[in-house]
Amino acid sequence: MGGSLNVIGYGLAAIGPAIAVGLVFAAYINGVARQPESRGMLQPIAILGFALAEALAILGFVLAFINPGVE
Amino acid sequence: MSLSTLATAGGETFEAPSPADFWQPLIGDGAFALTRPMVLMALSFVIIAAVLLATTKRLSVVPANKKQFAVEALYGFVRNGVARDIIGSKEFLRYVPLLFTLFTLILVNNLFGVIPPIQYPTMSRIGFPIALTLVVFVLYHLIGMKRKGVGGYFKSLMPAGVPVFLVPVVYLLELFTYFVSRPLTLAVRLFANMFAGHMLILVLFLGGEHLLLHGEGLLPAAGVVSYLFGLVMSFFELLIQVLQAYIFVLLTATYIAGSLADEH
Repeated sequence: MGGSLNVIGYGLAAIGPAIAVGLVFAAYINGVARQPESRGMLQPIAILGFALAEALAILGFVLAFINPGVE
Repeated sequence: MSLSTLATAGGETFEAPSPADFWQPLIGDGAFALTRPMVLMALSFVIIAAVLLATTKRLSVVPANKKQFAVEALYGFVRNGVARDIIGSKEFLRYVPLLFTLFTLILVNNLFGVIPPIQYPTMSRIGFPIALTLVVFVLYHLIGMKRKGVGGYFKSLMPAGVPVFLVPVVYLLELFTYFVSRPLTLAVRLFANMFAGHMLILVLFLGGEHLLLHGEGLLPAAGVVSYLFGLVMSFFELLIQVLQAYIFVLLTATYIAGSLADEH
């Protein structure tokens, strides 16, 4: 059974963005729970923060597919 | 990728799906082949045009049928929920056509990933997101340069209130953000989400089929679990597909708003 260490590396690298995305939505839920009427204003901000945090995971995803040419 | 072979007891080997499975030429081969995503992109254009033309043919102020209501709700979502909220009520109207086009095009092409006879997300080929991103990339720079002049635009990239000795470093970082990391993440985010999601579904269903038909002992039961999980992930994919279309237009609107803003 073969495999690529890149994938393990990507799995480890995804931990950080995963925590970040969790924090973003935790803050969003907190905000809405305290002030339900602020939901419409907070939602785009939360999605935006989510997208920015996710960008790191995406860069890792690209790097995981870069093979040094050794098969 | 060499994750590919996993022999089960029956002697059959399991070929795991790989990025090569996404290359599906229909006519010809090489750089000028007519591929499946190209056909799907054309199909999505036809579908969107047909739906929008049919539902807006006999417009009434009070929506007379459900179809007009649904399309108006979709349009209202992009117009009010994205464009007006992000760009601001003064000049958002100019950019609504672009945002609505991007949203419907990406949404339909993403949904192709789970619609049964098609089942291929167009955006899982990197070329399509790059093309869409190029439009956005050129647009937000042009808007900024038109608004502030070329020199003024490059000056406006600098956030206010940075200590003098940090200015070169921060300016380099800002240049990197505007010219490299923004277009890169915009294109690759859409591509990676569609690609990884489709690959995950492929692994679950193909692997499930293999376990069910060629597995021994308790392995067919694992195949059933794999199928169920694949079904769950398909619905999760549905959520991701809609979310990615929304995020793409949201970020586009944010970049446009950033170019229009007077100060950074």
